Formats: sequence, C-alpha cells, structure tokens
Amino acid sequence: MTLQADLLVVLPELILALGAMTLLLTGAIRGGKAAPLVNWGAVALLAVAGAVALCVVPADATAFGGAFIADGFARFAKILILAGAALCILLADEFFATSKLSRFELPVLMLIATLGMLLMVSAGSFLSLYMGLELQSLALYVLASFNRDHLRSTEAGLKYFVLGALSSGMLLYGISLIYGFTGSVAFTAIAHVIGEMGVSLGVIFGLVFLIAGLAFKVSAVPFHMWTPDVYEGAPTPVTAYFATAAKVAALCLFLRAILSPFPEALEQWRQIIVFISVLSMALGALAAIGQTNIKRLMAYSSIGHMGYALLGLAAGTIMGVQGVLIYLAVYVFTNLGVFAGIQVMRRNGHAVESISDLAGLARTDIRFALVFAMLFLSLAGLPPFAGFIAKFYIFLAAMQAGLVIPAVLGVLASTVGLVYYLRLAKIMFFDEPAPALDVRQSLAPRAIMVMAGAVTLVLIVVPLPLVNAAGAAARALLP
Amino acid sequence: MFQAIAFYAFSAILLLSAVMVIGARNPVHSVLFLILAFFNAAGLFVLLGAEFLAMLLVVVYVGAVAVLFLFVVMMLDIDFAELKKGSLQYLPLGGLIGLILVSELVLAGSAWVLRPAHLEATASVIPSDVTNTKALGHILYTDYVFHFQIAGMVLLVAMIGAIVLTLRTRPGVRRQNIAAQNARTAAMSVDMVDVKPGQGSGQEGS
Repeated sequence: MTLQADLLVVLPELILALGAMTLLLTGAIRGGKAAPLVNWGAVALLAVAGAVALCVVPADATAFGGAFIADGFARFAKILILAGAALCILLADEFFATSKLSRFELPVLMLIATLGMLLMVSAGSFLSLYMGLELQSLALYVLASFNRDHLRSTEAGLKYFVLGALSSGMLLYGISLIYGFTGSVAFTAIAHVIGEMGVSLGVIFGLVFLIAGLAFKVSAVPFHMWTPDVYEGAPTPVTAYFATAAKVAALCLFLRAILSPFPEALEQWRQIIVFISVLSMALGALAAIGQTNIKRLMAYSSIGHMGYALLGLAAGTIMGVQGVLIYLAVYVFTNLGVFAGIQVMRRNGHAVESISDLAGLARTDIRFALVFAMLFLSLAGLPPFAGFIAKFYIFLAAMQAGLVIPAVLGVLASTVGLVYYLRLAKIMFFDEPAPALDVRQSLAPRAIMVMAGAVTLVLIVVPLPLVNAAGAAARALLP
Repeated sequence: MFQAIAFYAFSAILLLSAVMVIGARNPVHSVLFLILAFFNAAGLFVLLGAEFLAMLLVVVYVGAVAVLFLFVVMMLDIDFAELKKGSLQYLPLGGLIGLILVSELVLAGSAWVLRPAHLEATASVIPSDVTNTKALGHILYTDYVFHFQIAGMVLLVAMIGAIVLTLRTRPGVRRQNIAAQNARTAAMSVDMVDVKPGQGSGQEGS
C-alpha cells in the first residue's frame, strides 16, 4: 500500500493533528485573547474530521501494515467521540469565559486528547493501542488539573495521573506477556496463533493484566477508586468530557482489544468481565444513594453505566456489541445534557454543585427542572426515555448469550439505581425551595440540555436508525 | 573467556549497585549508585551486540534522567529518612503480595511452549552487515512511522502540559529589552550640566 493510500485512511486524524498544531500556534502568537477564536476553530475542526470520517475514508480499510483499522465499528465510535468532544468544547467555552479563566490551551489539549481517542478505537495492534491510549491519557491528566489554582482540581489531576500510570503499567505488563506467548502484537496474528495453538496459561495471565488495565480506564469496579475524586475536582466541562468522549473511546477500545485478538478465549475472559460488570452495576447503584455532591453522584452513576455496558461485552456476540454501541450513544447524549445542566447551576455567578442546591427548582425554573428530571429518568432507564432502549438491548443480548443470572442482577441493580435518580426528581419538584439559581445564562449549556432531552425523546420513537447503525458497526467488528 | 568474565563483572556490579540504590542512607549516594547501575547495564548491552541501546541508556538515563534526579534530590528539601520510616510496616504485606506474584509468574513461565520455527526466527535478529543504529532507523522510519509520529504528538502534549500547569506571568518582572537598549541615544541618557565652581550641580547626586 502506498503512503498516499495510508494517509487517506488516517485523514480525519491527520486533520485533527495538523489543525491542533495550527490552533496552538495561533494561540501562542495572538496571546490570551485568542481563546474564543481557538474554541470555535476546534469545533470546526472536529466537524470537518467527522464529515471526512463519514464520507471520505474508504470503508473497511487498514493502513500502516495493519496498525490502523478504519472499519464500520471505528467509524461509529469516532462519530460519537467527535460529537461529544465538540459539545464539551462549547461547554468549556461558556464555563471558562464566565469564570474569566479562558485559555487557548484547553481546546488544543481537548483536540489532541480526541486525536488519541480516534487512534484508540482504530488500533489494529497492541502497540498502536498503547500509543493512542497514552496520547489521550496524558492530555486528560493535564485537563483534570487545568484549574491549577484550585486545590481540588490539582488533586484530581495528580490522583488521575498516579493511578493512570499504574494502570498503564499493568496494561503494558499484560501486553508483554501476550506478546511473549503468542509472538506478535497484531490483533489478527494473535487470534491466528491462539486459534492454532490453543489458549496457554501465559496468555490468560496476560489477558488478566490487560483487562485490569482496561478496567481502570473505563472505571469498572475493583479499579474505580479514582473516579469520584477526579469527577468532583476537574472543571465541569472537563468532567463532561471524561464522562462522555473518554468513556466511549475506552469502552470501544476494550471491545476491540478483547474481541478481535481473543475470540477463541471467550470462556476465559467472559467470567472476568461478568464479575467486574456485576460488581460495577451493584456499586454504582448502592454508593450513589448517599452522595451530596452532584458531580460525585454522576461519577458513581457512570461506574454503574459502565457495568451495564460491560455486560454486553460479556455476551461476546454481535448483538452484545450492538447493545454496547446503542448504550454508549444514548449515554453520551444524556450525560452531556446532565453536565450542561450542572454547569447551568450557578448562584450569584458562582458555580454550585450540591444536590441540596436543586431543592424546589421546579418552583423557580420549571423548564430547567423538567428537562433535568427527564435526563435523570433516562439515565435510570425508565420506559418513556431512550435509556430504556439501551438497557433493553443489553439485557436481551446477555439473556440470549446465556448470561441469565448476571442479567437478572443487572435488572435488580437498575431498580436500586432508580432510588437516587427519583430522589433527585423528588428534591427538584417537592422539596422546600432553596435560594433561586441564576436564571439568565448564556446560550450554549441550555441549548445542549434541550438537544439532549430531545434526543432521549426522539430515540424512543424512532430507534431504528441508531439500532441499524450500531448493528452494522457490530458486524464490522465481529465478522 | 573474556566475554564471560566481563558478563559476570558487569552483572555483579549491576546487582550490587541496584541493592545499594535502595539501601543507601544518603539519597545522593542512591542516585550515584543508580548511575553506576546504568553504566553496567549499558556494558551488558554492548556484550549482547546492542550498541545502540547501550548508547541510549548512557545518554538518556545517565545524561538526563539521573542528573534530573540528582537535581531534585539536592534542590528539594525532602526528608528521605522521614519518608522511609513508614515503609517498613508495609513490608510483610508487600512481601507476601510479591511472593504470590512471583510464584504465579513461575507457574505461567513454566507453561511456555516454543514452536521450533520460532527459535529459528529469533536466531537471526542481529544482521551482520548493518549497524544497530542503521537497522533500527530503517524500521522506525518505514514500518513504524505511524507510531513514531504519535510518539511525537505525545511529547507535544507533555510540553503543552508542562507550560499550562507551571507558567505564570508575574507582574513587575524586569526583563532585558534589547530593542529599547539599542534605541537609547547619548542625548537620552546623559545630561550635560555646566557647573559653576563652588555651587555644585544643584541636583541630588546618586
């Protein structure tokens, strides 16, 4: 394959990389006042990259000797990631402009992190997987502590960095064992060797470390400890970015790194995935009940949601992957709406994050309260909203794959999870009103909230386009 | 014969200095032992015929990383004795976990099955007609150019991150302004005063 053909396959990534560098130079030359320009430039770049990924990149192509795969699965994940990143940059633009902390480095770092995510979901070997993962993680560590004069923000960055480095170490150790026992880092070659020689003990050993490292990145249960602190400490739009684009990338990477090299080792990895999935669902449901800070609550909620999504991976079928992708799409838009809502929560110009600040919101700002409650009920998976379809497909796939007990446990956990989502709705609608939140806000967060609310309603009426797209993407991953 | 002697000498000094890195009371001595360990590891690489890795180890680890450590140790006022005090209480638990891991690894290692074809494939790693550096360069800039470029992006992120998190523009910092210095003329900086005898200039002297 010629270099030109290879470059055509990585064109969206190339656009992001060159564009990020151009914006960096623009910011460096024009100084502090360039932040709004760089923000809009970054959003435009993400849109262009999305259009290119959708229309220009050839279907089912590989580049650079199989290190980079551009199939339907990668395309689906990329569109989700790019949409999430663009909306988060819009949120960040409003957030930092309001708190007078605008800096042009933020959109540039978000662009480069997005580039890392695109590389992650397109990885065709463990080497390119690791490079993409590190590019993304390193940018995220800096983003977490971006509000550097704020104690909690720097603490979040440091915790994320130390635990992220530990998880990268475990991941690398697992990869090196897998390389040692199969003789290759390319996914197809590993699948070939395992198919030919069977699953040796060493490969299982490597697989366990690999799953441990990846579970860190998606914050699944035994490795979730960093999540609440990082979510609480990071600036709100950055937390939104962690909870949406970063989670999509990490979970899609998880799917590809398990399903494409180890289809023959299904029995071995399934028990691990079921274990962490059930634990995540349980902890997400139980630990969120006692929270008072809404960002910490969203952290536990995201741990639980990762548990549901991993159940789809545990199924290991096309339907399971399809369920995960539907789940991710619904989860991204609902979560973006919720975080936009959290960003709207300001009193006298200061951001407030406590759940009690929402008390009696319905009496002071009924429209905001309605949309917010709708998004929470969608996260809970109640029927008239999109979250229901997502959970439905996951549980259906798990049942069809014979995972009846985990699916039943999942349904139980989501029932328990209803408690805290409904508690939020009760606080907003029936409690004595707290002092009113600021009503006049700039446009972006409210528009994103309304859009997210509309998406949750539209998807329940016309779910087929999403379901079909996810199905096509799943078939690209699992032939 | 000479190779065997050199191998055992390098390995023994490497292991001893590695133990001393954690054993030394003075942190500066620890760093110096670390440098000694790096040099001996480089010697082992030379014995293996991997001269590029040996060079890299000396240049990167001794030249940059170890010197950085030395700066950190000497410039930051960290009480290492205080830091080490608590570490002993975790020794039994840490030792137990380490022991379990090692025994599991031995189990995994004993499962190693080598295909005969693999032995032949690994035997021809060192091509005799090109140097290490050239051979690595051939691969790095062709087959692995994709990964090489991503590594460049990672370094860019590291640079942006370091600047974002640490650079502060403080007011009242006096910087050299060469253009302003060059634009000064004698008329701007020297004041010619005709001083009458016995009266002084009338200006406060400096």
